[in-house]
Amino acid sequence: MPELYLAAAPYFGWDLVRVVQELFRYAFMQHAFEAGTIVALSAGVIGYFVVLRSLSFAAHALSHIGFAGATGAVLVGTAPIVGLLVFTMSAGAVMGALGQRLRGRDVTIGLVMAWSLGLGLLFTRLYKGSANLAIGILFGQIFGITGQDVVVTFVAGLVTVLFVLAVYRPLLFATLDEEVAEAKGVPVRGLSIAFMVVLAVAVSEAVQVVGVLLIFALIVAPAAVAERFTTRPSRGVVLAAILAVLFTWAGLSIAYYLPYPVGFFITTIAFWSYILARVLSGVIARRATGRVRPWREEQVRHSP
Amino acid sequence: MTGSMARSSAPAIVADGLAAAYRDRLIWRDATFRVNTGEFVAVLGPNGSGKSTLLRLLLGLLPPAAGSLQVLGERPHRGNADIGYVPQRRNIDRDLPVRGRDFVHLGIDGDRWGVAVGNAANNHQRVDQAIRSVQAEAYADRPIGRLSGGEQQRLLLAQALAGKPQMLLLDEPLASLDLRNQIVIAELVAELARANGLTVLLIAHDINPLLPVVDRVLYVAHGGVAIGKPAEVITTEQLSRLYDAPIEVLHDSHGHMFVVGLEAESAHHDA
Repeated sequence: MPELYLAAAPYFGWDLVRVVQELFRYAFMQHAFEAGTIVALSAGVIGYFVVLRSLSFAAHALSHIGFAGATGAVLVGTAPIVGLLVFTMSAGAVMGALGQRLRGRDVTIGLVMAWSLGLGLLFTRLYKGSANLAIGILFGQIFGITGQDVVVTFVAGLVTVLFVLAVYRPLLFATLDEEVAEAKGVPVRGLSIAFMVVLAVAVSEAVQVVGVLLIFALIVAPAAVAERFTTRPSRGVVLAAILAVLFTWAGLSIAYYLPYPVGFFITTIAFWSYILARVLSGVIARRATGRVRPWREEQVRHSP
Repeated sequence: MTGSMARSSAPAIVADGLAAAYRDRLIWRDATFRVNTGEFVAVLGPNGSGKSTLLRLLLGLLPPAAGSLQVLGERPHRGNADIGYVPQRRNIDRDLPVRGRDFVHLGIDGDRWGVAVGNAANNHQRVDQAIRSVQAEAYADRPIGRLSGGEQQRLLLAQALAGKPQMLLLDEPLASLDLRNQIVIAELVAELARANGLTVLLIAHDINPLLPVVDRVLYVAHGGVAIGKPAEVITTEQLSRLYDAPIEVLHDSHGHMFVVGLEAESAHHDA
């Protein structure tokens, strides 16, 4: 009798097996954990390269462009994920083609981002549906995920992770040393476009969990934390993926017990992990070398 | 190996009536010269005269506008594993969370698809060897952005060497180094080239730190190219003709050369 279960207070205590059983008691929680894990894995893996390529803002903008796509799709009667993918992938391809020229275009990116949000607002009004639709896209709706959504997410996540594995070395080469990579025959421009399109897929997936506005928490934060603890790219990728999964699991678990939104918990964990990482890595660096504390320095990446 | 015999006799670079253009703008033309295998050639000339363009032609990144060009017996093509290339450096971000060693490793397999599987021990050995050859063991495991300009330059040189090239193309490796380090790096390059039979083209602004090590000088200026021994090319007559302006070459008691009369032009370009 499901009603009886609902009436009983959810178990919480030192018996971890029972806690896990409790967390997986309902189908919606199972789906949330399944989809959340896949999304986090792919977001963490691709996020490492987003941070290394200084594309955090571009990734953020992609998700906002997706908001216009998702609301537009609902307006014309298709699934939000379809609009999300179409809009983010198209924008990603354009950004990828711009490549290096994307750097320093914060104003242009920001304007496109703001306009996309405006369009999304218009589409939401035209649809005349409940505001819940927009809220769900903006802040995520992980607890509303169906079994079918999980399958779609799995495929998209697999594409993301397989892509990064397949292009790992030339992508790293093109990211760290574009000119030499090009001379060595690495298709730098093609990789840049492919990377942004796959990032668009990862962003669209992640929107389901944390929504358009909170995307930084899953794509950028884990990689930014990982960067503080390892100077080996291979370890950085793995650490970012693990952290993204931990953030998601922790956020989902806390949200199960407390009547507050999961997006709040995931972003809170991401934010404080980053603060903690800065402090800790600073202490470690000071102990090791007695040099300047790294958090004192401005992050000016690839300044000319 | 018969290969090494052929290498020592065949010229490394043959240019015949070569011209370079960027988009529609002709940069230089009528360049006819040869660079022999194992030669150390300094490429000099004012900013914007097309020194880096010459390297881009050799790397196959830019097609010749006219004439013919042969590099190591082939037409230039992108992805030539026999050429080690160190481009002109922008600043590497101080917070880039990547070790110098990882940069060097890219020189071996950075152009291969996928992740590294198998062969890892062998590649690590090659990385170690390249790092040792530039004497960078002490700091190869530190984040590359935190190293000094000279240390970075050594590691980037190691990256180029890790690919086991026959030719090194170095674009201003001495820029932003102090004079002592300029001499040290120039000697290091010369030593490595001698040990491995490498042909070197090195772009520089100042010939003086290179005088003890270069075989010849390739001067690129005002739409043309001249090649010869430093004492033949860097003369008042040659440079005045090349620049089409009165240039004077002065010598000090140590044999250093000073080109006078270009200040206005180079100041304009550097600004």
